[in-house]
Amino acid sequence: MRGKLACAVLMAPFFLLLVTVFLVPTGTAIWLSFFAADQPGLGFGPESTVFVGLRSYGAVLSDPTFLNGLGTVVLYCLLYIPLMVVGALALALLLDSGVAKLRSWAQMSLYLPHAVPGIIAALIWLYLYTPGLSPIVDLFAQADIQINFLGLHTVLPSIVNIALWSNLGYNMVIFYAALQAVPREVLEASVVDGAGPVKQALRIKTPLVRGAIVTVGIFTLIWALQLFTEPVLLSQSTPMISARFSPSMYIYDAAFTRNNYGLAAAASVILLAFTVALSYGVTRWTNRKAV
Amino acid sequence: MTLLGRTTVNVVVGVAVLYTLLPVTWLVLAATKDVDALFNSELFGDFSFVENVKNLFAMDKGLYSRWYLNSLLYAVVGAAVSAFISIAAGYAFDKYAFRHKEKLFGLVLAAVMVPQTVLALPLYLMASGAGLVNTFWAVFIPALFNPFGVYLGRVFSQGYVPGEVLEAARIDGAGDLATYFRVALRMLGPGVVTLFLFQLTTIWNNFFLPMVMLSDQKLYPVSLGLYQWNSSATVSPEYYPVVIMGSLFAVLPLILAFMLLQRFWKAGMTAGAVK
Repeated sequence: MRGKLACAVLMAPFFLLLVTVFLVPTGTAIWLSFFAADQPGLGFGPESTVFVGLRSYGAVLSDPTFLNGLGTVVLYCLLYIPLMVVGALALALLLDSGVAKLRSWAQMSLYLPHAVPGIIAALIWLYLYTPGLSPIVDLFAQADIQINFLGLHTVLPSIVNIALWSNLGYNMVIFYAALQAVPREVLEASVVDGAGPVKQALRIKTPLVRGAIVTVGIFTLIWALQLFTEPVLLSQSTPMISARFSPSMYIYDAAFTRNNYGLAAAASVILLAFTVALSYGVTRWTNRKAV
Repeated sequence: MTLLGRTTVNVVVGVAVLYTLLPVTWLVLAATKDVDALFNSELFGDFSFVENVKNLFAMDKGLYSRWYLNSLLYAVVGAAVSAFISIAAGYAFDKYAFRHKEKLFGLVLAAVMVPQTVLALPLYLMASGAGLVNTFWAVFIPALFNPFGVYLGRVFSQGYVPGEVLEAARIDGAGDLATYFRVALRMLGPGVVTLFLFQLTTIWNNFFLPMVMLSDQKLYPVSLGLYQWNSSATVSPEYYPVVIMGSLFAVLPLILAFMLLQRFWKAGMTAGAVK
């Protein structure tokens, strides 16, 4: 009895938060998506909120700007996630191979960008993309190469680069920690069997850190689907990024620029469903491959 | 390994290190330059670091120091409170048995998946109903919620707090809560520091929620303030040097925290990845 009370006391603050800043808002988003503010006839009289069922969902799903945003984010994921996972894993394997010099110093340097807040990482890179400010653009110009990092076809890769720069070292440390936990006997046995360092890295070590790869992949996916900070900042300087560039930007625009809460809520629920379905799909797919 | 292999490994790691370090180096160099050198993208200009710092803190009647204090308050106090809340819940999940425990834990893990943008509008409407929009609390309270911290707290509790110790305290007649605060929490100390660090980064990074909740510039955290100054810079270029210097100052606390508390974040990331 006393134990139950103590347990409840220890959990109460967290569950109070869980209810107020997670469960109730999620429920509210779903609730709001079924309602819309209806203008009364001729625009006179107070606005009233009416039940519209799935109308807002229809409006979002038939809105080309939302579908474009969803497409943009899918393309972003396809570019970003493989680069991130392969890059971070490759660096971790190289550092784990035992021949890299100054290992802990290299790790610290690679991790450093993760201590730079997202908006500031985006600011630094925006300036490095801006002609006149950037030594990179200048360098290219001296070699007679005109490059516009914020053009129609370059803006998405430019965003991928910012995200990659911010998170590569962080994920590398996770992979490195997992690699360190690989039993040394297994590695020694593979050497006896005649495996070279490259074969050992790809055939022995990589399969043994599968768990870490899946974890990093899913977390990267969840974060990537929320794409907001980088494009919002870059949109201050390039017309190539519209106010509805990604689903998260679409939600912000619908809620706080157009004040259409029903539409914003429906778009939120669709983004949530999309995130849950993709994460679930990836988990199932990786589990099946293991068998 | 062959000499060629060794060289290749070190060259690839070296290139990656340059890729991560050069942009930060550029930020440091840019902060020391006067405006002319900045716009001619010369690598070194007249050294005007001190002048740039003065300009930063003088701009818009010293708004930057206000933002900086806000960020410290949101992040340091928020992360500390959040760490204690998460570790207590994680400990309870580990040491107590109750009905539907694993289902409840599943709900906690599901919360990790939900995008912040999905919760923003309802949170705004709730805060608006409670009269909290455009106040400190509107940004502070949601940032305390860290479901991943509860997961890590449970892992730490399994690793650091042996059941026998709790049993011994119980035999000595100590109540469960007294045992937690006097015995278990001390053993969980390193875990609390790890959770503090993780949440410090998250809150210092926080951009979307303040953008939704705050309209009074005096309540802004640094991230939102610099965003606004950058938007001013597209019209009046005199803002560029202050944004650059402001960014440099905003990066310092986290780098400092990570250097001082290095062993703690490594512990946290290992626990998160290997389990």
